[in-house]
Formats: sequence, C-alpha cells, structure tokens
Amino acid sequence: MFGKLSLEAIPYHEPIIMSTVVVIVIAAAILLGGITYYRKWTYLWSEWITSIDHKKLGIMYFLVALVMLIRGFADAIMMRTQQAMAAGGAEGYLPPEHYDQIFTAHGVIMIFFVAMPMVIGLMNLVVPLQIGARDVAFPFMNNLSFWLFAAGVVLVNVSLFVGEFAKTGWLAYAPLSGIEYSPGVGVDYWIWALQISGIGTTLTGINFFVTILKMRTKGMTLFRMPIFTWTSLCTNALIIASFPILTATIALLTLDRYLGMHFFTNDFGGNQMMYVNLIWAWGHPEVYILILPAFGVFSEVISTFSRKRLFGYGTMVWATVAITFLSFVVWLHHFFTMGAGADVNAFFGIATMIIAIPTGVKIFNWLFTMYRGRIEFTAPVLWTLGFIITFTLGGMTGVMLAVPGANFVLHNSLFVIAHFHNVIIGGVVFGMMAGLVYWFPKAFGFTLDEKWGKRAFWCWLIGFFVAFTPLYILSFDGAMRRMQSYANAEWQPMMLVAWVGAFIIMLGIISTVVQFIVSIRDRKKNADVTGDPWDARTLEWSTSSPAPFYNFAHLPEVEAIDDYWETKRNNGGKVLRPTQVEYQDIHMPRNTVAGPVIGALSIVFGFALVWHIWWLAAVGAVGIFVAFMMRVFNDDIDYHVPAAEVERIEREHQQRLEMQA
Amino acid sequence: MRKNRWLRVFSLLLIVALPLLLAGCDSILMDPKGQVGAEEKRLILTAFGLMLIVVIPVIVMTIMFAWRYRSGNSEAGYSPDWAHSHVIEVIVWFIPCVIIVFLAILTWHTSHSLDPHKPLDVDSDAEVMEIGVVSLDWKWLFIYPEQGIATVNEVVFPADVPVHFRVTSGSVMNSFMIPRLGSQIYAMAGMDNDVHLIADEQGTYWGRSTNYSGAGFSEMIFEAQVTSQQGFDAWVEEVRNSPDTLAFPNGYQALAEPSIDHPVEYFSNVSPDLYDQIIQSFHDGSEMSGHGSHASGHGEHGGEKQAMPMSAEAAE
Ligand code: HEM
Ligand SMILES: [Cu+2]
Repeated sequence: MFGKLSLEAIPYHEPIIMSTVVVIVIAAAILLGGITYYRKWTYLWSEWITSIDHKKLGIMYFLVALVMLIRGFADAIMMRTQQAMAAGGAEGYLPPEHYDQIFTAHGVIMIFFVAMPMVIGLMNLVVPLQIGARDVAFPFMNNLSFWLFAAGVVLVNVSLFVGEFAKTGWLAYAPLSGIEYSPGVGVDYWIWALQISGIGTTLTGINFFVTILKMRTKGMTLFRMPIFTWTSLCTNALIIASFPILTATIALLTLDRYLGMHFFTNDFGGNQMMYVNLIWAWGHPEVYILILPAFGVFSEVISTFSRKRLFGYGTMVWATVAITFLSFVVWLHHFFTMGAGADVNAFFGIATMIIAIPTGVKIFNWLFTMYRGRIEFTAPVLWTLGFIITFTLGGMTGVMLAVPGANFVLHNSLFVIAHFHNVIIGGVVFGMMAGLVYWFPKAFGFTLDEKWGKRAFWCWLIGFFVAFTPLYILSFDGAMRRMQSYANAEWQPMMLVAWVGAFIIMLGIISTVVQFIVSIRDRKKNADVTGDPWDARTLEWSTSSPAPFYNFAHLPEVEAIDDYWETKRNNGGKVLRPTQVEYQDIHMPRNTVAGPVIGALSIVFGFALVWHIWWLAAVGAVGIFVAFMMRVFNDDIDYHVPAAEVERIEREHQQRLEMQA
Repeated sequence: MRKNRWLRVFSLLLIVALPLLLAGCDSILMDPKGQVGAEEKRLILTAFGLMLIVVIPVIVMTIMFAWRYRSGNSEAGYSPDWAHSHVIEVIVWFIPCVIIVFLAILTWHTSHSLDPHKPLDVDSDAEVMEIGVVSLDWKWLFIYPEQGIATVNEVVFPADVPVHFRVTSGSVMNSFMIPRLGSQIYAMAGMDNDVHLIADEQGTYWGRSTNYSGAGFSEMIFEAQVTSQQGFDAWVEEVRNSPDTLAFPNGYQALAEPSIDHPVEYFSNVSPDLYDQIIQSFHDGSEMSGHGSHASGHGEHGGEKQAMPMSAEAAE
C-alpha cells in the first residue's frame, strides 16, 4: 500500500532533525494561523498563488530563495562546526551518515533553490519592464514554472523529515548514486526534486527567450536592450540548451535505479565516465546561467550610480555572447584527473582560459564606466565594488584550476571549494543582493534601508574572506573536500578561522532581515513616489513604483540605448508625463488555477515515486494530465482592463506625484 | 587624516595576512618530494604570477577609480556620455589576450609533460616499478605483480625509482593521490588508469582518496613509505613472510566488504594477475562485491579479454 514508506522513515532518534522539525512546525503553525486569523487566504489565493503577473512571480521566487538561503546556510554552519571539531581523530558531532547528507543538501539547495530562483526571480521582475512589455510571452507557463520549482523545494525539504537525502554530493556521481551503492531513498528525492524543478526551469528558459525576442516594445532593437536583458537572453539560451541534458541524464540514472538498467553501473557495460561527462555538459553552462544575469545587474547598477553611460556597450554584449558559446566547450575541466589524454586536457584547459578574456574585458568595462563618473556609494554600488575585487580573485584561482598540470594536485581539494564560493558568493550572491536592493522599490514602492544594506554587505564581504581564505591555505596542505573528519590536527586552527567567517556571514544575513524589517517600518518615509528613485536609465523606471499590473499604460517607444535617461535629459531632468491622453483598454491574461494545482500534484507524484507507492504516482500523473487538459480547453484565459480603470490608476499615481511636488 | 586611517587598516590587514601566507609556504604542495610534484609547484606559481599581472592592477584600479570619482569629489572630471574609446577597448582586449596566450602555451606544454600516463623522464637508469592500486570501500589494496605480494593501506617503494601506479577501483569512483609526490588520478571500476610518480627523498608520506566515495571516505588514508633499495627489499621479505594470502575471487571479496579505518594488512603470494582479474570481473559479469551480488554470467560482455583502456576517447 505505501511502498517503501513506513513510520520508520521518520528519524525520531535524531535530536537535531527532530528539533528542526519542531521549530518548522511551530513556525508554519504561526504563519498559517496568522493568515487564517487575518483572513488573508482569499487574498493570497487570488493575488499571489494563482497570479500570472511576472512581477509577483518574481517576488515569490526571490522570497522562496531567501528562505532557502537560510536553510542552506544552516547546513553550512553545521558543516563548519563539524569541521572545526573533528580534528585529529575526533569524530565531531555529525556522523558521516548525517554529514554526507548535509553537504549534498547544502550544494543542491544553494544552487537549485537559492541561486537559480534568485536569478529567475530577478529576470521575472525586471525583464518585461525593461523591454517595455506588459507580461511575458506565456504567462500561464510562467506561473506553472514557479509551481514546479516550488514542488522541487517541497520535496527537498520533506526529505529532511521523511526518509533521508542523498549522500552522494550535489551532482550524485554514478556509480555511487546507483541503487547498488545508494539503496536508500535519498538519491530518489534528489532525482525527483531536480527533475520536477528542472522542467520548470526549462519552461522558464523558453518563456523568457521568446519574450525577449518577440515582445520588445517599439524601437527596442536588440542593440538598444539594457545589458541585464542581454545577459538574461543569453542565460535563457543556455537554459534551453543545457537543461534538457540534465533532464536526460537524470532520466537515465532513474532507469538504472528503478528498472535495473545499466547506463552508469560498474558492470554490464555501464559507463560512469558518461555520467560525469553528461552532468558537467549541463553543469558548466549552469554556472554561467547563474553568473551572466549577475553581470547584468552590475552593469545596470554601475552605470546608474556613476551617472554615466555604460562603457563599451557593444563589447559588453559581444563578450556576453562569447561567454555563452564558450561555456559549452569547457566541461571537461571538471575532471582532468579522469585520465583523458594530454591533448584533450590541453584543449579543454585552454578553452577555459579563453573565457577569461571576455570576462576580463567586462571587468575593465565596469572600471571604465566608473572612470569620469560621479559614483554614489549606495549599497548596490558597494556590492558591485566588492564583486569586482572578489570575483577577480576567484577568476584567478579558476584559471589556475584550468591548467591541467596544476589541477592534478588541486582537484577535489578545498581549493575547489574556496574557488567556487569565491565566484558564486562574490559573483552570484553579491549580484543578486545588489539587484535586490536596486529593484526592490520597483516591486514594492519603497526603497530599502541603506544603513542595514551596507552592514549586510560588509559582513558578507569580510565574512567571505575569513571563511574561505583558510580553505585556500588548507588545500595546499592536502585538505580535501567532503571530509567529515580529518586526521591532521594541524588543520584545526584554520578550520576555526573559517568557522568564525561563517558566523560573520550570518551577521550579514541577519542584517538583511533587519533591513527588511526596518524598511517596512519606515516604508512611508522611504516611499518611492516618482517610480525612479535612483535617477536611473532604463524603461522599468519610467513607470510607477510598484509598477501597475499592466506595467505601462502606454507602451513606450525607444530611440536609443538608455532611452529613459536621454528623455529625462532632453527635458531638463524632468519626465514628461502625458497629462491629456486617451487611455485604451488593455488586454491582459487571467489568473490560473492550473499552475498551483499541477505543482501540488507534482509533489504527490514525486513523493510517491520516491517511496515506490505506484498507485499514488498514477493518481498524481493522471491528475497532472487532467489539470493540464482542463487548462488547455479553457478559453476564458484573458480579459480587457477597461480604459476607465487604467485612467483611474494612472490618475492616482499622477496625484501622488503632484502632492509630492 | 583619513588617508592615515586607511593606511593603518591596510597595514593591519597585512599583518594578519602574512602568517597566513607563510603558513602556505611550508605546506605539502609547496614542499614536494618528487619530480612531478616539483614541476607542478613551479607551474602553480608561474600561473599565479602571470595572473597577478592583471589581477593586481584591476584591484588597484577598482579602489582608485571608485575613490577618485566618488560623487563628492568636485576635483574629478565628469563625462556622462563618454562610453567608448578605441584605444582603451583595444588595450582591454589585448592585455588579457596576451596573458592567456602565455598561459595557453604553458598549458599545452605542461599538459603533455605532466601527462599522468606518460612514463617519467628521469636521469637514473633505475627500472620502472609497477604497483597495482585498487580502491575498495574504504581502503586501498596495493598489488606488486613483480614481487607477487599485496598490501592494504600501506605502499612502500624505494626513492629515486620511477613508479608506475596502475589504478582501478573495486567499488565506486575514487581518486588516488599522494600529495607530496604530485598528480592524482581517478580510480574507476573496470578501467585501467595509471599515473607515474617518483619520490626523491625517503620518508613517510600520506596518501588518500580525494574523490568522495561514501561513509568511510574521510578515513580512506594510506601510508606511502619511501625507503632505500635495501629497506624496500627487507620490507618485501617481511610481507612474503606473512601468513595471509589473497586469492581471487573469494579472499578478495571478503576484503572488498565495506570497512572503515581498515588496518594495514600484508598478503604473501598473490597472483600477478590479480589486478587484471579485478578489472576483468566488471566485464564478464562475475563480479560479486560486498554490496550485494549481481546476477552472474552476462554473455555479451564475457568475451572481452582486454580490460577497457582508459583513454581520451573514453573520456570525451
Ligand atoms: C553562505 C556561506 C556559505 C558557506 C559558509 C558555505 C560552506 C560550504 C562548505 C563548508 C561546503 C563543504 C565543503 C566540503 O565539502 O568540504 C560547501 C559546499 C558547497 N557549497 Fe557552500 N557555503 C556557503 C554558500 C554557498 C552558496 C551561496 C552556494 C551556491 C549558490 C554554495 C554552493 C556549494 C556547493 C555546490 C557545494 C558542494 C557540495 C558538494 O560537495 O556536493 N555554497 N559550502
Ligand atoms: Cu566548469
């Protein structure tokens, strides 16, 4: 009846897990109770859960990402604490059984459920506004993508309380992840969480690729697009090209595990090298999927706050495109030590280094954007400056890893851990934090507190270096990654330093939470009435904050790069707002029930497959199909916002502007 | 006033950072005990130095530009529309290109000279010694085909003798590495991988799996003892006197059962084919490891005599 599931799957005897459960249950009870008490369920349902508004979906992505950041960070603190203790034969407080799940969960969560949703969330919020569109190309699909992603999040978190998570490392290398060496359900949770959310990501890629290509407003030629839109375009191209590889690879692993096939097993002709190649053929593009939009954010931030055009727009675009293509021919640098021949290693090593060229050019372009500018040191600028320095260092260690001869001793050591946190924290996290502060007013209508924003930055920056420099040093003494304990007691002092660093980062995360609280408290004072709090350059700032659900009452027309800035300047710093204009009906998509329903059924489906509850899986699959079909045959999917309604909303905004003036 | 404070902060940082940097200097990778490791150390330092040529200016420029063009500084110029300069664009493409060209040449060269499959160029005319290495859950089996002996979690060889380690796995993927000596190489079941290493100084160095392989991974450590030729011969004698032997498949399978922190073991009188038999077992379907047995007798793959060689084609 319940497949492999029984009450034993619940880890009663693990005090750490059980106390986490208790905390989460209490928090959830408070949250749900609060929603019920304040009668917010209908509001939530109609304004958020079923919403197809890209801005709201963007906010939800980002919110989930921040919550999961806390989960992923809790894992990081646990690992750092374990390694601070488990020196010279000491076992620490986490047995391998537990520790191995934690680093796997940490990696999976941070990449798939923190970094990805931050990037996708920001794209959702910003891209349609930047190109002067009213929504994305496929609004229902956008909602569906979010709920498939959310289903993945739920499955990963359920694994904490029911069963276990994978003990394989975040990429689940075969044959370790095969049924022979990982007979438990951990890898199955990994499979279904990634498979379901991965499909959501692929749909997002298609959606935004089409949106950017087909829905740009009049005059917005490709070479007038803001750089963030450009980097998003490239990221979505990468998603479309690479996520199917992930889906197929996981599907093959699934066949191995569920049907006893031998794609990646040790024997019967299985080929584990194929798994490693396939997973990295997706994995390397994946890191560029994450970093390119961050590059986009920095480009917007640096030119806005330098009050100056971005230096070398054309080079910036071509550098991005070059990186996009090159990112597909470097995957082997993740396993030079597999033993491919010297020619192959050299090819992939050199291809990797070549990526450093366009990346270096981008860095110089940001520097020359600051040159002869008037830089205001706002929080987003601090994140950008911190990024340039941190990322440059991380890029350097990356190139060192790309030299096969050096890689032969650095591979699999803490050097790799330090390197990729160097670029992921210094690049992706800093970028997303900058983007968060920068575009927050566009989403909510008030700016975030600067003081706490800067505190967050300094804690992250200092914390990062304190936490990860020791790892570079330890790696030169032969310290490897994924070690639950280590014999060499001399490593302990450095591990303790790293532990302190993690706590400094924690202060940074706390600062961000405080920043939210303080900013919400002061939201009246920090209200963004004009819709353009930074005196910025691109279209999203030409509409009110928060942007109305239809984004633009009149679709803007564009004549130049940074058209909005030019318009303002031509009018002596003022925005010409049409006063006597005809408003027109606006055609908008309707909310959807199918998205959240399919998401919920996907959870059922995935959970049932993890536990081999076949009938329930069938119920889930049929349910998904039926929900989808009902959506397909539903013709009532759009409506017109009457001109009068548009006028009313725009008038209100107009009045607020006048009041302020 | 303000400048002074920054200087103080900077020197403080330097004081904090120095011991960290020094700590790196007598580390394992910076104090290698063999030719391969020494070459890799040089390579790391060269690549590092080359990149500092851009990295340091970038960091300095970041701080300088940000400071000079801060909005409060009325002395600095302001050109809001200046967004293009052929000269600068040529330079910013040119400099990274030049450095990468140097690095690429270095990479091409060292990828070949340090190719783990390539026998070492050594001055001495010592004959290459062959040792088979098998990663098991979670221990290392070393097979000496010439001497007809095998050991667990201890490998001994003379200094200044090039050693050809043939590396495979009886379980999941691991990676074989003795950090003091240099290069690592993956150990994969059914595949015959190899790495050539040499030690130029006697001593005891540790080695381990660097590739995560499950619960006992952290303790998957072995001792590599580099001795004199006499010391090595004496040690071989000692192993030959061990009462234990290791036969395939039975004894081997018992050994392959998962165990953590496995004690050192000596096996006298081991078949010189043991290493190949272990590889072969993954191709003819007769492998029955400790992880639960497979159905045996898989016709299709039974015929292959040759173990699948590890090659560039396979990894592509
Ligand atoms: C916030 C501070 C963070 C700390 C203190 C931290 C710490 C750690 C530690 C201790 C490990 C394990 C190292 C080992 O295996 O020995 C690790 C692994 C990893 N981290 Fe982080 N991390 C942080 C943030 C991030 C972020 C933001 C990301 C990605 C967006 C990330 C991605 C990963 C990945 C992919 C792994 C590899 C997991 C594996 O080995 O399978 N981490 N991190
Ligand atoms: Cu890569």
